[in-house]
Amino acid sequence: MENRAIFPGRLLACLLVFPQLAVSLIFFYWPAAQALWQSFLVQDAFGLSTEFVWFENYANLLKTPEYYHAIGTTFVFSLLVVFFSLAIGLLLAVMANRNIAGVQIYRTFLIIPYAVAPAVASVLFIFMFQPGLGMIARALQRNGIDWNPVLNGTHAMILIVIVAVWNQISYNFLFFLAGLQSIPKSVIEAAAIDGARPMRRFWTIVFPLLSPTTFFLIVVNITYAFFNTLGIIDTATEGGPNGSTSTLVYKVFLDGKAGSDLGGSAAQSVILMIIVVVLTAVQFRYVEKKVHY
Amino acid sequence: MALRFFGAAATVAVAVGMTASPALAVTEIQWWHAMTGPNNDVVVKLANDFNASQSDYKIVPTFKGSYADTLNAGIAAFRAGNAPGIMQVFEVGTATMMAAKGAIKPVSDLMKEQGEKFDPQSYLPAITGYYSTAKGEMLSFPFNSSSMVMWVNLDALKKAGIDAPPKTWPEVFADAKKLHATSPTCGFSSSWITWGLIEQFSAWHNIPIGTKANGLDGFDTVLEFNNPLETKLLENLVELQKDKSYDYSGRTNTGEGRFTSGECALYMTSSAFYPNVKANAKFNYTAVPMPYFPDAKDAPQNSIIGGASLWVMGGKSSEEYKGIAKFFTFLSDTDRQVYLHEVSGYLPITKAAYDKTKASGFYEKNPILEVPLKELTNKPPTENSRGLRFGGMVQMRDVWSEEIEAALAGKKSAKEALDAAVSRGNQMLRQFERTATK
Repeated sequence: MENRAIFPGRLLACLLVFPQLAVSLIFFYWPAAQALWQSFLVQDAFGLSTEFVWFENYANLLKTPEYYHAIGTTFVFSLLVVFFSLAIGLLLAVMANRNIAGVQIYRTFLIIPYAVAPAVASVLFIFMFQPGLGMIARALQRNGIDWNPVLNGTHAMILIVIVAVWNQISYNFLFFLAGLQSIPKSVIEAAAIDGARPMRRFWTIVFPLLSPTTFFLIVVNITYAFFNTLGIIDTATEGGPNGSTSTLVYKVFLDGKAGSDLGGSAAQSVILMIIVVVLTAVQFRYVEKKVHY
Repeated sequence: MALRFFGAAATVAVAVGMTASPALAVTEIQWWHAMTGPNNDVVVKLANDFNASQSDYKIVPTFKGSYADTLNAGIAAFRAGNAPGIMQVFEVGTATMMAAKGAIKPVSDLMKEQGEKFDPQSYLPAITGYYSTAKGEMLSFPFNSSSMVMWVNLDALKKAGIDAPPKTWPEVFADAKKLHATSPTCGFSSSWITWGLIEQFSAWHNIPIGTKANGLDGFDTVLEFNNPLETKLLENLVELQKDKSYDYSGRTNTGEGRFTSGECALYMTSSAFYPNVKANAKFNYTAVPMPYFPDAKDAPQNSIIGGASLWVMGGKSSEEYKGIAKFFTFLSDTDRQVYLHEVSGYLPITKAAYDKTKASGFYEKNPILEVPLKELTNKPPTENSRGLRFGGMVQMRDVWSEEIEAALAGKKSAKEALDAAVSRGNQMLRQFERTATK
């Protein structure tokens, strides 16, 4: 027996779908179409002279070594951010899921970093990691580590990864905790009775059952690392030193805003959009098969 | 507030109705700026004083964020068809603004059309040159100007056994090593890396940054600062960076705290750093002119300015232009310029204001404030030291900084980095030339 609601006529269905469609059209398809159109133009900052150039902006982009460098940087950065923010988020969720005193307090505190805006998070970390002034920077220097994110690209990368991970852990923690709590206790207890130790229980039962959550979080975190970290990079390193923290989205922002090169910037954003669409499609096509719902 | 406004409007309406006189419309003029803190107060005070001095025009200042934010807000507003009347734009946005014919109104045209008394000769040429065409027509109105100086921690010098602040680059290099012995993390450092080490350095040594008088004579300019002298400077700094005798402090002025905290005893940055040093430095300090290479033929030449100017936007009513012209005359007033110079630490823009401040003995008590003026007026500006005008300069500075960083980090040689900075910059110039309205 099917349990399905039948709506009379098409009008109501259209009405119900309309708000979502309108939001998608106005906030996604329209700007995307504009970016596509802009990427075929060469224009001055004020929009006073416009020339239609077909794919010249793309061709120029693919000729610059800095662009390939930015692609590499983006993948390294995203991989590090996604891995560490998921791993630490999961670890904390497992810890906070146990029966310990004051667990509600821990949980609340673990969520707080998510309320901090990326740019503000960056400023907090700059205070700690600024060479010569920051507490942690001074401690590192005392221990013989020449910490200098202003000139050392690896240090700068470590700095923005730390900020980006810190800012995202709460989100992952929250979803993992919810995921953990939805795993039936009876399954775990049964395994315990069969003699499985905690580590084994985690890897053979809990982790596979968490896979829908993990999958969802991987998709969301990749998008986060690709796009939402703009504020962090802008505040902490401005893409420097020597472009070593300039990710694709930061380059879109920099070339469009500081450079007033709207055509080139639009071409970059179109490519970025394609990369993310492909990445997400691949994940849904292949990775999702490994997910147990 | 709303009630009071309503009340006032009603009063006006009644008054107009009763006397049936022609409308007493006050022309509002929007002024977008990027001044924060005490300098924001100065902007507001100027607007209030002007508004109180007459009843036909009302200047409305609005803070729009950083220099870059203000420029972008102005560009966006222009594209949307409601640009402000006056916009404060930093010096590196000059080429972007002047290329936009139709979007802006040259100040010299404005003053002529509105019949305001205006003599370009009365302004300091080192300042107005930056904002004028090759023919000497003033495009924008200089507002806040500064230059680059070297800040010196006198106590640290004494401790390191150095008698007097260094005057030349070889002295700076030698002193940096001595100072480094007393401060493990720094001897000498600098802010605004490209402004100081490329732009100011070239002007101060009378060598070109690019062809066509550094771009002042046309957009078909080509960069050429990868010369032996510039390479020598960078090579020396790369060498000193290895043991932190010179230590890089980033592209903008975020590292300035390293001077006031006592970490870096020699620090090159803007003269506008003065109020900060005065408030925070707990040691004897002074500011001296930028160093130079004594073997360079014309050095020291003259320095160039930094800071911002006021641009008048195009397509406004003649009423608004009348008001803006009057406001600029108001700003040029000698006593007002003297006052601005003394409260804000920015430079006076007219010769009369400079002379008057000098005559009052102000510089004997505040010699640091005269250092940038002495630098700017050291010699009459040449093609290489009048200023610079390169399209996309905001982003170009980032590109140049990237290459300098590569050299300092040891990834490229000084010459390779400068060559790359020049060739990447030239690509941007060609792109800009193509889109500039001619």
